[in-house]
Amino acid sequence: MHRIEVGSNILQANEEIAEENRQIFRTRGLFVVNIMSAPGAGKTSVLEETIKRLKPAVNIGVIEGDLHTTLDSDRINALGVPSFQITTGTVCHLDARMIHSALHGFTLDGLDLLFIENVGNLVCPAEFDLGEDLRVMIFSTVEGADKPKKYPVMFHEAEAVLLNKTDLVPYSGVPLDELIANVLDVNPEANIFPTSCRTGEGIDLWVNWLTSRISAPRSARDAATATGG
Amino acid sequence: MHELAMTQSIIELVEAEARKHGADRVDKIKLRIGEFTGVVKEALEFSFDVIKAGTLAESAELEIEVVPLRKRCGCCDTVFGSTGDFDFFCPDCSGPVEIVSGRELQIEYIDLA
Repeated sequence: MHRIEVGSNILQANEEIAEENRQIFRTRGLFVVNIMSAPGAGKTSVLEETIKRLKPAVNIGVIEGDLHTTLDSDRINALGVPSFQITTGTVCHLDARMIHSALHGFTLDGLDLLFIENVGNLVCPAEFDLGEDLRVMIFSTVEGADKPKKYPVMFHEAEAVLLNKTDLVPYSGVPLDELIANVLDVNPEANIFPTSCRTGEGIDLWVNWLTSRISAPRSARDAATATGG
Repeated sequence: MHELAMTQSIIELVEAEARKHGADRVDKIKLRIGEFTGVVKEALEFSFDVIKAGTLAESAELEIEVVPLRKRCGCCDTVFGSTGDFDFFCPDCSGPVEIVSGRELQIEYIDLA
């Protein structure tokens, strides 16, 4: 018997494909956002509101991940935005290979911004790099103020956290200040946006932040285009 | 649930490594799994028992070391952390912290027959 020191990352294969995806996206000057949340937090509704505000200045595409149905993809298509539905069957997250395969059936031509709406799940998606530029988490305020402490990894991994459904705060009694404090405990650098797709609260602030966050890679893309790169 | 996908990756990596060394059986797999990964040790063990049949790791022992989350303060350089403490600010000076350990998803070594 002999011992072999391996030292490999278990998700090495995923990370290699994620890097390939990233190169594909970068070459095209495409900014990619991975949106994660528990089921029912409002990912698709936030996407709809975001798309309405960014169109037509920004050319947007969406890859949707769900266990079953094309319901989300249908909602995005209804806004005149191309979308591709990945149905994972039983798999609780999207991985880099699924995104890579989707690119065979979904053209990125002419797109500036690609949203990837992950499978609704508060744990698993956080571990799988898809090749994105930005990770955004959407958390529904009615899920409770304690959840950042109970599910800290995804909150920690997200650059922006939208605290959605603030219109329900008066009815749920969830203390928003305590929720915000708990998010900051596990991720002191989080950009936090209380939002409501019903009232529109906070959506403009979020979209303005997103636009400014995208602008650096867009400049780089323009520079690359100018030099024929 | 994602432990199943991870176990598949583990088996693929381990089998590739075993073949590279001309081994036809893996006796032991040692993993280092960070506390701050959302991976459940028991779920990984269960997935391994389900998937290992018919692979080179069919009779392998699986040892999982859970690596605690440790953080270092960017201001005062204090290294701290205790099990289940997922707050990301320094207890001494409230400064921002960086992760020292606890995000590992690593195959440390394998024993080949």
